[in-house]
Amino acid sequence: MIEQLIQKANEQVLEIIQNTQPVITGIGTALDVVPGMTKTTILHAGPPIKWENMSGPLKGAVMGALIYEGLAANAEEAEKLAASGEIKFDPCHHHNAVGPMAGVTSATMPVWILENKSYGNKAYCTLNEGLGKVLRYGAYSSEVIDRLKWMENTLAPVLKEALELHGPIDLKTMLAQAIQMGDEGHNRNKAGTSLLIRELAPFIVKTSFHEDDKAAVLKFMHSNDHFFLNLTMPACKCTLDAAMGVKYSTIVVTQARNGTEFGIRVSGLGERWFTAPCNAVKGLYFPGFTEKDANPDIGDSVITETAGIGGFAMAGAPAIVQFVGGTPKDAVNYTTSMYEITEGENKSYVIPFLNFRGTPTGIDIRKVIETGILPIINTGIAHKEAGVGQVGAGLVHPPQKCYEDALEAFVQEMEKEGVI
Amino acid sequence: MSKVNELFRQDLKVINMGLKSFSQDLKKQNTEVLQVDWRPPAGGNPRMIELLNRLKNKK
Amino acid sequence: MSSKCLIKKNSYYDSVTLMIITKEVEAVAGVENAVVVMGTEHNKELLDNVGLLNEETTAASPNDLIIAVKMKNDNIFEQIVQKVDELLNKKKTEAGEDYCPPTLDSAVKFMPDSNLVIISLPGQYAAAEAKKALLKDKHVLLFSDNVSIEQEKELKELAVERGLLMMGPDCGTACINNVPLAFANAVKSGCIAVVGASGTGTQEIMVQIDKFNGGISQAIGTGGRDLKAEIGGLMMIQAIKALAQDENTKVIVLVSKPPALEVAEKVLKVLKETGKKAVVDFIGGDEQLVLKYGFLPAATLEEAAYKAVQLCSKTYEEVLNSTAPDFTDSIELVDNMAKAEAQKLKPNQKYLRGLYSGGTLCDEALKLFTKEIGEIYSNIPLEPEYKLPENTTGYKNCAIDLGDDEYTVGRPHPMIDSYARQQMILKQAEDQEMAVLLMDIVLGYGSNDDPAGSLFNEIKRAKSEFEARGQYLCVVAGICGTENDPQDYAEQVRKLKEAGVIVMSSNAQAVRFAIKVLKEVAACQR
Repeated sequence: MIEQLIQKANEQVLEIIQNTQPVITGIGTALDVVPGMTKTTILHAGPPIKWENMSGPLKGAVMGALIYEGLAANAEEAEKLAASGEIKFDPCHHHNAVGPMAGVTSATMPVWILENKSYGNKAYCTLNEGLGKVLRYGAYSSEVIDRLKWMENTLAPVLKEALELHGPIDLKTMLAQAIQMGDEGHNRNKAGTSLLIRELAPFIVKTSFHEDDKAAVLKFMHSNDHFFLNLTMPACKCTLDAAMGVKYSTIVVTQARNGTEFGIRVSGLGERWFTAPCNAVKGLYFPGFTEKDANPDIGDSVITETAGIGGFAMAGAPAIVQFVGGTPKDAVNYTTSMYEITEGENKSYVIPFLNFRGTPTGIDIRKVIETGILPIINTGIAHKEAGVGQVGAGLVHPPQKCYEDALEAFVQEMEKEGVI
Repeated sequence: MSKVNELFRQDLKVINMGLKSFSQDLKKQNTEVLQVDWRPPAGGNPRMIELLNRLKNKK
Repeated sequence: MSSKCLIKKNSYYDSVTLMIITKEVEAVAGVENAVVVMGTEHNKELLDNVGLLNEETTAASPNDLIIAVKMKNDNIFEQIVQKVDELLNKKKTEAGEDYCPPTLDSAVKFMPDSNLVIISLPGQYAAAEAKKALLKDKHVLLFSDNVSIEQEKELKELAVERGLLMMGPDCGTACINNVPLAFANAVKSGCIAVVGASGTGTQEIMVQIDKFNGGISQAIGTGGRDLKAEIGGLMMIQAIKALAQDENTKVIVLVSKPPALEVAEKVLKVLKETGKKAVVDFIGGDEQLVLKYGFLPAATLEEAAYKAVQLCSKTYEEVLNSTAPDFTDSIELVDNMAKAEAQKLKPNQKYLRGLYSGGTLCDEALKLFTKEIGEIYSNIPLEPEYKLPENTTGYKNCAIDLGDDEYTVGRPHPMIDSYARQQMILKQAEDQEMAVLLMDIVLGYGSNDDPAGSLFNEIKRAKSEFEARGQYLCVVAGICGTENDPQDYAEQVRKLKEAGVIVMSSNAQAVRFAIKVLKEVAACQR
């Protein structure tokens, strides 16, 4: 009867994912809104990790955040403080939050506040800093800190007031549209960013801020194709958090990387992480960089694939496969192969090219092990040294060991339950 | 009519598991063929096969 | 000498792809041994054999790709790994590859109206997949060998119960609805059905039927063990019953090695019930039994084809005593050619050496030779006392089936990969007592793209070695192929002739010609 138990649980998980309604309700300061946040807490991407085990870009981002928070005056001090044990490091995922690349979130950073209208849970994510030298890739120079300050003092307040004027934004509809417009919500967010600007622009104009500030905000959003990424991620996060802890379910509800380890969590196994060393990303490098410069896979953004978009929706975003020298047909094949390891098809996120078929949704650890097909992830590549930034983009798979260990634990759990 | 005789009256539609050249030969002859990208179940890992079997109903 | 290895985790490739790659890697200068395999237990033994099993390769799983190389200097290893990658990845076409589902379940979802599943997976997995296919009501062609006879029985019983074809295991040839499957030739469509427990036997009969201007309705392979007592002819009977209902089939040809007597009777009884005319070639088996049931026996595959074509328009009585001409060309012409060849041979040259890629063709050679001349040795001898002594490449008169397991270890079948035959030709060439080198050249789908070309250099070299010793080597080849085969029949003949080969259009004719030459030699010596 075990098969039926699992089947029912997995159907329930999929139903939750389908029914979820993520909306943007506002912008707040991390310390005020993110549960469990303190002035000396630094949240990071991926599964738990100690300072000494952090990779270059994560260390750099932590140092940058400590300087930004005024807890350290310079890099040297920041490094010392980070190693002192006075700073509490914790995964974003333990605080209903997610963060791209290093994912570093500290007390005074502004965050998007999302609410899952169907289930009442919330999710948080910082605002996207743009391309080039940015904190999420481990850069911590003064230009990075200055930008973060501008975001705190101008960008966030303007958007906050615009949101108050607009009212909550239904993200599910916006994301569904973006996916039909060639985004996959992970490595391509051009359409989503544009849709957000269209939605917010009239209200930004109506805010009480100086015209220059309003123009700067619009320009900043426009100059960054990935601005919307920091909304797709928490949208997926609040979707999957609602599906966490369904007994007997073999569906994956978290995948995340901290630049050292890749971790997954399975609905039926609750908060337990199953981790293994991150894989190298296969992809295209920006001129002057090679795979020797690359940091192993990093970031919480794989929450998108976990929810059924990102790499899983590649058939709708064929431009992405060029990162690995592929063809549009390869993009279709990537998506098609993900149906082999997922529980169902997404009702909201559909791909026109596949006859409006829903994206493959709900990774089943059993199917991954049985077929040997690992989830496909679209991702950026960080330089392995702190402060250099993005060096490329490409495709990556989780280490199979995470899935093997999760299956092992799941069987043990079922034994304990006495159902097998 | 037996299923074999039914086959004799149908267009051949082939699923090919294994040698890709068999698929290529059929394609050359305009016969519909689908190649399976087969791999050993659970990568041939006996421990994983055992775990997967534990999660199946006992017969 | 140094060794190096590289393990690529979770990179599954089929063994044939890897074998072909291994071959190319071995051709790299400075490579002593190269092994590119999946990390199965069996492959680990292979690695152990060549001294390439170490801690790292031992730890590899069946889903891991192992590249292990023994070489003069390990600075070429990186180049080899690169070459392997290149070969593994080169297939990509510009438009991109079609989606290939990973499992049969998924494939059936993509193609729900599929009606045939062809399986050429490693033997230990093949039976399970075949069973799945039968349970989904798909006909199966199981090319794989290394399937136990118990599994074969289970599969065939299941197929019979469900009214399906279960061709194989070890079914190399079929032609369903005029589509050649696996190793099969492009033949004309017509009213003759072939049911064969022998792959090359079926191929030769189809080809010869085509040559005599007949055509094929269906060719159904059963696998070599179908007429053994354990299986009891389950699939041959299933096929005959279906052909009985098939209005396109007027004449049925059965081909098999001599079956168990009770199985033969059972099969012939079912064949009788069809009311159709039939030729039964139980290769070298009891002709009286066949005649007793009112069918026509045949001495050679070519003759089986000839009689089948005759039966399409004539009665049994008219065909009973007619035989196929010994040669396509006139007997005078052939005699002169044989004499001319014989005259060039030196007195110490007296032996026939056959190097075959087709097992049934080799068997046919043994039978014809035994009848006309006498004892002949082989790795598949007619009598145990003529078993080729171990570790010999040639011994007196002999014919070797290079498709036999001992010659194919780690390599594709000699119909695909000429390597084994190339090596054997060169080894045989060292033997001054050889007079005639006899070969089969099998064309058709599945076979080597250019078998004649792949043997060209070795044949020339063998000939020139004899010349250097003041001798001559007579080389005879029988072509099993049609003008519509993908290899270009005329071009294959041209290449063989250019290499100095006497080319015959059937195996039987090639064997007869070789015998003629040897008899001429013997007569001259007398």
